[in-house]
Amino acid sequence: MANKDFVVRFAGEGGGGLVTSAELLAQVTAQVGYHVKTYVTFPSQIMGGPTFAQARISTAPVLSYGDELDVLVAFDREAYNTHQSEVRDGGVIIYNSEDFQLEEDGKSFGMRIDELAKSSGNARAANMVILGAIANLVNMPEHYLPEFVTKRFTRGRPGDEEIIKGNILALALGREEAKKSGFSLGEMEVPQPPEGEQIMIKGNDAISIGAIAAGLDTFIGYPISPATTILVYMERNLTGPGKFVYQASSEIESITSIVGAGFAGKKAMTSTAGPGFSLMSEGIGLAWMAEIPAVIVNVQRGGPATGLPTKVEQSDLLTAIHPAHGDVSVPVIAVGTVEECFYGGALALNWAERYQGPVILLSDHALSEQAQNIPIPDVNKVVDERRKTYQGQNGYERYAGAELSPMPIPGGPGAYVANGSEHDGMGDTTHLASRHVEMTERRFGKLKLLEDDNYERENTDSPIAIMTWGGSKGSTREAYDRMAEQGQQVGWYYTMQLNPLPPKLLEELKKKELVLVPELNYLGQFSSLLRAKGVKAESITQYTGTPFKVKDLITMITDKIQTHEKDLVKV
Amino acid sequence: MSKKNPEYDFKWCPGCGDFGVKRALELGVERRNIELEMPMANTVVVAGIGCSGNLVHLLDGDQPFGIHGLHGRTLPFSFGIKMSNPDLNVVVVSGDGDFLSIGAEHISPQAQRNLNVTAIVMDNGVYGLTKGQSSPTTELGVITPTTPYGKLENPVNPLELYLTLGVSFVASGFSSKTRELAILINEGMKHPGFSVVHVQSPCTTYNDNYDQLKGNEKKGIDSIAWDVPKDHDASDRQAAYGLLQQSGVPLGIIYQRPDSEPLDQRVAGMRQKASPRTLDQQLATFKI
Repeated sequence: MANKDFVVRFAGEGGGGLVTSAELLAQVTAQVGYHVKTYVTFPSQIMGGPTFAQARISTAPVLSYGDELDVLVAFDREAYNTHQSEVRDGGVIIYNSEDFQLEEDGKSFGMRIDELAKSSGNARAANMVILGAIANLVNMPEHYLPEFVTKRFTRGRPGDEEIIKGNILALALGREEAKKSGFSLGEMEVPQPPEGEQIMIKGNDAISIGAIAAGLDTFIGYPISPATTILVYMERNLTGPGKFVYQASSEIESITSIVGAGFAGKKAMTSTAGPGFSLMSEGIGLAWMAEIPAVIVNVQRGGPATGLPTKVEQSDLLTAIHPAHGDVSVPVIAVGTVEECFYGGALALNWAERYQGPVILLSDHALSEQAQNIPIPDVNKVVDERRKTYQGQNGYERYAGAELSPMPIPGGPGAYVANGSEHDGMGDTTHLASRHVEMTERRFGKLKLLEDDNYERENTDSPIAIMTWGGSKGSTREAYDRMAEQGQQVGWYYTMQLNPLPPKLLEELKKKELVLVPELNYLGQFSSLLRAKGVKAESITQYTGTPFKVKDLITMITDKIQTHEKDLVKV
Repeated sequence: MSKKNPEYDFKWCPGCGDFGVKRALELGVERRNIELEMPMANTVVVAGIGCSGNLVHLLDGDQPFGIHGLHGRTLPFSFGIKMSNPDLNVVVVSGDGDFLSIGAEHISPQAQRNLNVTAIVMDNGVYGLTKGQSSPTTELGVITPTTPYGKLENPVNPLELYLTLGVSFVASGFSSKTRELAILINEGMKHPGFSVVHVQSPCTTYNDNYDQLKGNEKKGIDSIAWDVPKDHDASDRQAAYGLLQQSGVPLGIIYQRPDSEPLDQRVAGMRQKASPRTLDQQLATFKI
């Protein structure tokens, strides 16, 4: 039987080479119609340190990064020691025999990678040597790679031809080595190219484009892993008339300046991660209090404090909903796939305009760095929702009443004071108890404007359901699908809109005997929120800094279901 | 707005210097509005937290827009507002605690950017609203509730600090000299870049230094304030430093950078260099 799916991991000392190898492999296979997803993890340093980059290639849409490796490319002994146990039975390890030697073990072969690259005439073609070897292992048609290389390096520069020639020779040298080794992973099934035009994009770029499509005017941010690439994307692209992008001097400046921009009538955004998000706390509270639209993207990493800057965790949900002191419940959208990054980026901006206040968009490190093929988004379908602005006479009471009211914009009519102290209709400071009650209820009441029925529901008759959130969506969905194939029927619910939750979704969840919530944090943050709302939720947690493996999820979900069923019998 | 609004119950103490600063700001903005034929809605007053920040609620006459935000963050708010709409006249009203202690980290970035806003810093040498604690401009050895054995820190010299951080317009005023202060504020608003008007604005409750600033013949106290000499070359940074070496409080424009290019102009120049790509062009770079 032909293979439908294979996973290749490149591991060694950090630097661009490993990531480039995984991305090249993803590119070449995506071009001929496979679905791909990459995953990268590295230490928080400029160069070096143990890194790995992985590509999963499949004939069906890829949901998770892949539990087991079909091919491991180990550039040094440490990489081999760390990763070799994850190679599946029948998988192959290619190791750099210039760095270390292994005994014959029936699954590994060494290549003198750099030496082979040098002999191709292009010392920088180590990637190509490896790709050539991998192509041979999976019986990739021989012309794919040379065609890809020719296209990629035909850039109209002198020397293009030389580089192409060297790279193609390097591919052939790698191919030859793999052939000599005698290993083979069988045929890859011929892909059925996905319908419609595809792009290969990483989560942070997708968030940026989604935001720009929804009419983003102003972006001000401060570099921090793993959110920096959003700032970088904006610096390059948010430069048209009326647009403003800037690198701030701190996250405190980022948040306060985008609140200033929101006050001045702009659709404004910043991006950050854990430590920066903590610094933004007071500014987010002000946007809530003074009713000013602003979007804060929090690309989650391991925390607290400096935590794990380059690892994945979903531990900022509670702080996202309650980022500031006092009575606040900030709207939160959590994206779970690269495609959702695009739509979530747009929705967050529109939500902020609709209810006139701050919105948190939660992503995570794995999504930020992962490249995936997705259908090219139709940017014309993205709505550019704008707040209601005040157009009447001066003397307007901007904060009067229990409902959302049109917002005056500086330069126009209706001058008022946007006030972070408790205030009356004009925006003047007050200490009246009745006013604090009225204004608190006004601010919470506006959340209703964000309630809708956007959620996924499947197999809804089952008394047991799975409801994950954010970046754990892919692996949880793969676990759900595999369990369904094996006849284990449970319900599936999912939404990006974690606060406020779609009311009908909550009603459905409340009727379940058990709702299982896989999430990457110690506390079981989302499940605790669901329990507080009356859902019998139980968490499935992991806090390793890495994403869930599908097989682990299946085991944990099955265990929970069995325990639940035993408990039922006891009753 | 207080006259129209009985619910707003904040009051400055009788004799507070901030009354004079409020009047000077009203006059300065009024003059600008006449000179440039601008409506009041073109002005945004960004207020810090403290006695000084309440100025935004107490302005008489036509109301400008205002934002009364967070302690210490007036400058970043003004940055976001000004860069969203460079046509707006953005004025910061802050105090020595708000601007020079918790907010000090924001002065240098705005100075390097040369953000075209005007900051009016009301310096009373004390935290008034929280009842008399020491501030960055409180003198060494002064006894306050938080320095019961005398203040252990030297006072900051705000004018020297602004000059050193690269602020492109530095002026010094006194709340009792309302007309002169109004002119300084007006000049600050005209200056194309970051301007700071530092104002001696005494606190009658916790740090009454009117006698020192005005002089008191009866008590035999000479005024420590003196006018910047007419022949002072404000475009000369070294001359400005020289002025600040003299004791007492100079009143007038200390420094104004010639050929000051504000951030909004630099951004406009950058936009001409940048080649914005349409969304479709951006997406095309990700095509497989």
